[in-house]
Amino acid sequence: MKALQRAWRMIAAGFACFAASALAQTEISFYYPIAVGGPITKTIDQMAADFEKENPGIKVKPVYSGTYQETIVKALTAHKAGTPPTTAILLSTDMYTLIDEDAIVAFDDVARGADDKKWMESFYPAFMANSRTGGKTWGIPFQRSTIVLYWNKELFKEAGLDPNKAPATWAEMVSTAQKLTQRDASGNVTRWGVQIPSSGFPYWLFQGLTTPNGVELMNAAGNETYFDRKEVVEALQYWVDLGRKHRVMAPGVIEWGTTPKDFFERKTAMMWTTTGNLTNVKNNAKFDFGVAMLPASKRRGSPTGGGNFYVFKKATKAQQEAAVKFARWMTQPERAAQWGMDTGYVAVSPAAWETARMKEYVKGFPVASVARDQLQFSVAELSTHENQRVTKALNDGLQAALTGAKSPEQAMKDAQAEAARILKPYKK
Amino acid sequence: MRNGAVTGWLLLLPAAALLVLFTHWPIVGSVWDSFYSTPKGSRPPVFIGLDNYQAMVADEVFWKSLWNNLWFALGTIPVSIALALAMALWVNSTMRGRTWLRMAFFTPTVLPMIAVANIWLFFYTPQYGLLEKLTTALGFGTHNWLGSESTALACVIVVAIWKEAGFFMIFYLAALQSIPPSLSEAAALEGASRGYYLRRIVLPLLMPTTLFILVNAVINAVRMVDHIIVMTKGGPNNATSLLLFHVYQVGFSFWDTGYAAALTVVLLVVLAVAALGQFVFLDKKVHYQ
Amino acid sequence: MSALYEPRGAWRTLETTAAWLLGAFWILPLVYAAWTAFHPSEYSARFDLFAPWTLENFNRAWEAAPFARYFLNSFLLVTMVLAGQLVLCTLAAYAFARFEFPGREVAFLLVLVQLMILPDVLIVENYRTLSKLGILDSIPAIGLPYIASAFGIFLLRQTFKTVPRELDEAARVEGAGWFTVLMRVYVPLAKPVYLAYGLVSVSYHWNNFLWPLIVTNSVHSRPVTVGLQVFSSGDQGIDWSIITAATLMSSAPLLIAFLLFQRQFVQSFMRAGIR
Repeated sequence: MKALQRAWRMIAAGFACFAASALAQTEISFYYPIAVGGPITKTIDQMAADFEKENPGIKVKPVYSGTYQETIVKALTAHKAGTPPTTAILLSTDMYTLIDEDAIVAFDDVARGADDKKWMESFYPAFMANSRTGGKTWGIPFQRSTIVLYWNKELFKEAGLDPNKAPATWAEMVSTAQKLTQRDASGNVTRWGVQIPSSGFPYWLFQGLTTPNGVELMNAAGNETYFDRKEVVEALQYWVDLGRKHRVMAPGVIEWGTTPKDFFERKTAMMWTTTGNLTNVKNNAKFDFGVAMLPASKRRGSPTGGGNFYVFKKATKAQQEAAVKFARWMTQPERAAQWGMDTGYVAVSPAAWETARMKEYVKGFPVASVARDQLQFSVAELSTHENQRVTKALNDGLQAALTGAKSPEQAMKDAQAEAARILKPYKK
Repeated sequence: MRNGAVTGWLLLLPAAALLVLFTHWPIVGSVWDSFYSTPKGSRPPVFIGLDNYQAMVADEVFWKSLWNNLWFALGTIPVSIALALAMALWVNSTMRGRTWLRMAFFTPTVLPMIAVANIWLFFYTPQYGLLEKLTTALGFGTHNWLGSESTALACVIVVAIWKEAGFFMIFYLAALQSIPPSLSEAAALEGASRGYYLRRIVLPLLMPTTLFILVNAVINAVRMVDHIIVMTKGGPNNATSLLLFHVYQVGFSFWDTGYAAALTVVLLVVLAVAALGQFVFLDKKVHYQ
Repeated sequence: MSALYEPRGAWRTLETTAAWLLGAFWILPLVYAAWTAFHPSEYSARFDLFAPWTLENFNRAWEAAPFARYFLNSFLLVTMVLAGQLVLCTLAAYAFARFEFPGREVAFLLVLVQLMILPDVLIVENYRTLSKLGILDSIPAIGLPYIASAFGIFLLRQTFKTVPRELDEAARVEGAGWFTVLMRVYVPLAKPVYLAYGLVSVSYHWNNFLWPLIVTNSVHSRPVTVGLQVFSSGDQGIDWSIITAATLMSSAPLLIAFLLFQRQFVQSFMRAGIR
């Protein structure tokens, strides 16, 4: 069986060599997920076709592989079976998992030229924080996002607040939200002041609180977490208090999926959600809305999120080089700008924001630039070895505190203990 | 019939092969793999004895899922069986609108659980979900039904009951229709009251059906996690995590297959105990009818 | 139950009311979801009896995800599973019912194991097996673990056993082989059971979710239940009108079949449950 497989592979390789020498063609497969609405598959196919036209020696086979979760499953299973894609867009937080599975190569090992180095330096540093470890670049930012605050200007006016000024500090957010929270005669809430979702991946939203409070959740090596630090507990206390003490946010766990709808329905006057929702809000909010950076405590701050390019180890050298070329082409300023406008993601390099079309777009729709401006204060999304497990430990702790099952201090202490246990094998 | 023996086996062979491959082999495989570590990168699995089981003892989510599953079973099984019996009695009577009732009760059964979960997710939505509208109209405050640890499990239990009761009703209906009319005539001659007739004649006759339903309900309590994935993802803080959901998470999101195998073994033990219980119980009870 | 023991008088009114209330409660979530699906999305949070009706939500859901492909996948899946089950279970049931062979009792017990331990529980190991076979992310991968159905074998064996031996022997005297006997005598007599089993199987596999979710990763193999889940768990949040529309759409084939053939459905499920 094994021998047969080897024979087949040799024959296939022989054919590939033959084909390569005859046509000098390299074929690369490219897995990509979609997490936003719109005809994204068509856009990607078009981009691949354009790339092929400019690079006749390379054929790109784009494969739409579902959600991020499905894409990594598919890529890893294929990797284990010996047939991984050449390149794929996967979550930036999957970096350590991919390294641990020995699935990817660092970009610096494939692209050694001076202009390659320059290219890797051309992105916002905030995005690179999740793309580098141990001095190497493992991912290239492609569709990246961050958390921002959306607010309903009409409701601000109704409550006697300045509709053009979003709360800039934690204290302001509480006082603003208090004015915006509406109760009926019997004291039941008919509208909340603010909504910070906490289902699914609360750790990400939580980083929108810990970062301003001046603390990071993990080290750069991804083998240590700091969940029980004082500033972390404070941040959680603030989040819990919004619901339980100040009563300006629904207590308990708030669903990520329904939050935009609650905002459209004026059931909440402010919401925290991804910049990727900008187009959605623009199309569905029947009122004037604003977008702002997250309020500050000790400083401004928000985590980044979204997906990176990765190149797989089991591909041939020629394929890997072609994949880097493709990634470079896809992240050119013009294209990055276009991608950002089409999807609502943050264009990944400063140069992209300097293009004429992007400038035009921002002029007509100024809120689009808020996410960019926030990038200077942004940090890496929580990502460690055994990423899923560690984030689950934190998520459970956060939900326990938000639902009142544990005190913030206890919840974070437990989460830290669990994370430390999981990460023990990686601390050497 | 020597020839028959060969033919018999040959007829059985295709089904047997698939059964062995997808039922017996994985049962053995789960036990086997539970003693091995999870392969990672270039590291192959190694024999680690009971390490996975020790990890399980220390795994709080496992214990929580186990308890949740127990409560889930205790919450769904008796209520759905009682409701199913009531439904069957009503649908089987000459009550007005019984065809309509039968349709209302049975419809959830033909819907995919995943669709059911979406419908109920909408029903439970805070502030503008139908449930919220009903409670606020009645003067109660709003409540975050799926977002509170105290109510989330109850909410998913209700969904399971809604989905299952109509299904079980059918079995009762079949059993009720097979009771010979002579029994009720005889009982009436004796002057037995309705309550007496239901309690002393109908219920005992339904005993085998009840046991059959009970077994199905137990299997379902272990098997049903579709709605958990859609509605809560096991949250908040694992308040709705069930055993199979935990297996799913460990196996397909943490990719810790060794530990997932050990968790599967626990599931298998639970099912085996249920099967054994049914065997013993069946032997005792069913003889008496 | 016979008319002798119907509820009477005030009690009857009470029970009828209870039954009706329960029925109303039972159908309510579904009706409300359907109402939402047929109205513009701004009404999903505000019930208004006079809201305009629309099919727009169905349109948008259909456009937003490759539902046509999902339906095709589901259709292929249930057809493949049912066809496989009918053939394999018939043969196995026939062997158990009418052949004497060593190890029959043990083999039958081993089959019954699957009544308790469904493939639904063995996801980790079955995933591994299919990955070794190299057929992950395909429609056969979803169906294979279910094709040798213990329930089907059991049900058909019970049915075949009730067929009078004389019929069997009469056919054999005329020189018919086992296959002819099976097709001429047993299968026709078991027709209602086949129908019952078929309905149960189709609705089970049309509705199945966890296993297909695990083994499929692409549009080409994903059945409609998984498609619905992928569709409704995007990053951008939920539009209830479209989700309910997609939900109804994915349940529609069975739901419509059920509403049209209620009696057959109920009778089939009843038959499949009698042992």
